[in-house]
Order: sequence, then C-alpha cells, then structure tokens
Amino acid sequence: MSIGTERYDRNFDTLTRPQQAQLASSRVAVLGLGGLGGGVSEMLARTGVGHLTLIDGDVFEPSNLNRQLFCTEEVLGISKALAAEKRIRAVNSQVQVTSIDQYADGDNLYGMIKHADLVVDCLDSIPARFMLEHAAKKAQIPLVAGAIAGVTGQVTVIFPEDKGYELIYGKKEHLPAKGIESRTGNISYCALMVAALQASECIKVLLDRGDILRNKLLIMELWSNSFEVMDLV
Amino acid sequence: MAKIHITLKLFATLAPYLPENADHFQITDGTTVQALITDLQLPSDAVKLIFVNGRKQETTYVLKPGDRLGLFPPVGGG
Repeated sequence: MSIGTERYDRNFDTLTRPQQAQLASSRVAVLGLGGLGGGVSEMLARTGVGHLTLIDGDVFEPSNLNRQLFCTEEVLGISKALAAEKRIRAVNSQVQVTSIDQYADGDNLYGMIKHADLVVDCLDSIPARFMLEHAAKKAQIPLVAGAIAGVTGQVTVIFPEDKGYELIYGKKEHLPAKGIESRTGNISYCALMVAALQASECIKVLLDRGDILRNKLLIMELWSNSFEVMDLV
Repeated sequence: MAKIHITLKLFATLAPYLPENADHFQITDGTTVQALITDLQLPSDAVKLIFVNGRKQETTYVLKPGDRLGLFPPVGGG
C-alpha cells in the first residue's frame, strides 16, 4: 500500500503543517535504548522527528522482555542499537536513523551528540546521567531527562545554562550509582508512561510550544495516582 | 511547645514509613525536615528530594502550619 502523504494525517491539527515540517528537519539523540529509550524513539519516529541517533552499547537479555519495547524473544543477544534501528526503519522509513552500538563515556559522548538539536537521557545510572548532562551543556543543547523505579517516575528538561541534575541528585561527588530501582525493578507501563512524557517534552522543546518542565520536576507514582509538578528553583 | 499540623506524603519506597494521620500530621512547632526524617526513622540515605508546597527545600527547612511536605527517594532507572 502506498503511504503517500497520509502518514501524518492524524497529527493535524494538533500539530500545524509548518510544525510537522520543522520536526522533519529536527535531530534528536537518544541515550539508552531500554525501557525509556525504546518508547521515546518509537514515539518520536511516529510523530515525525526526521533524524534520530540511537545510542546503546548493550545487548538484549531476557530480563528486558518485561518492559523494553524493542526487546522481543527473537532479538535476545542482539545489539539494542541495531534492533532499535531496524524497528524505527520498519515504522517510518522517512526517518534518517543512525545507530551507535557503543557505550557512551566521557571521551566519546560529546562527539555522538554534538550535531543533535536535543538529547534524551534514558540512561540507567546516575553518574552516567551527569556525564551526559556535561556533554549536552558543552554541545549547547537541551536535555530531556526521565528516570524510573518500580511504578515511580520523574521527568525534567535541562537547558545548557541550568543547574540541572545537581538540583535532583545532589553534588556529583556524592552520588550513588543507582537509585531505588535496584530494589524496585521497573514495570512496563511506568517505563512507557515516563517515555511518553519525555517524548512530549521533546516535541515541545523542538517546537518551542507549551509548558516545558524546565527547572521543574514532574513526579508520578502509580499506586496512588500521584502526578505532581515541583519547582526545583 | 505548641503543636502544628502538616500534610505528609512519602513516595515509592518511603511509603511504608507513612505514619497514621499523615494528612493531618501533628508535629511540634519549630520542627525541621531533618528532625522529622529522624523521628519517622527513615533510612539516612533514603530521602533525596524534599518538596514543601510544591517547591524544593533543604533538610534545614522549619515546617510551618499547613505545609504540604513530600519526601522522594533517588530514582535513576531507565
């Protein structure tokens, strides 16, 4: 079946035609392709972000099956980045996808993200999040951050001149590697819900539209249906 | 010392420590967030974020009548 111009029909008029075109020329880098990154990447591709750089050095393993959108039984043992690229191409062949099957570190991270308009933090370690924030500030691009534990999640947006993660996690010299997720695990619907909130913030930042969670932290907890937006400054 | 009341909310792994009457929780006037964390016997590294009336605060904050206090653990998973 020919897709033609119908692909984005249902985006209108929530998005305008010029905004759709703007998304097509936008570049987003996603760090971490697990519970958050899989959802974020797929939602951005379906919405019409034209250039995605998908970065993760890990391979899929059975414990990922409970929540990671790109993890199927067929791709166990396969690179998350390569599986993500294949999935995104299957969903939207108009997206220019670059997959990077490497772990990010202090040396290579800036080079991976410097051409992006925006970077999305879907990582699973607190020190790595600070490393990414540092690289995003160096590249002078905003960072959309999500983090999850069990059925709890949080989302914020950090611009280059903002204090950022220090407001949430404290000084980076005193960081634990993990938060409470090492005890709670991560549940699929919470991961995808936070991923959806991150995708929403990405679109808002790219289009400079709506209320952006800058210097604010959205906190949610699903047992109690708590959703609160807190002021960080 | 006079008694005041606050609303207390403990998120995620802190929830099991929630006392009775958390919606109308009585404390002594002048109590700091740190003193309350100690009174509730929360593990010392369990609280990462403190919000009072929707705004981030420090452990030294002195609680006032009617304050809505939320305590949040460190969350870093992806």
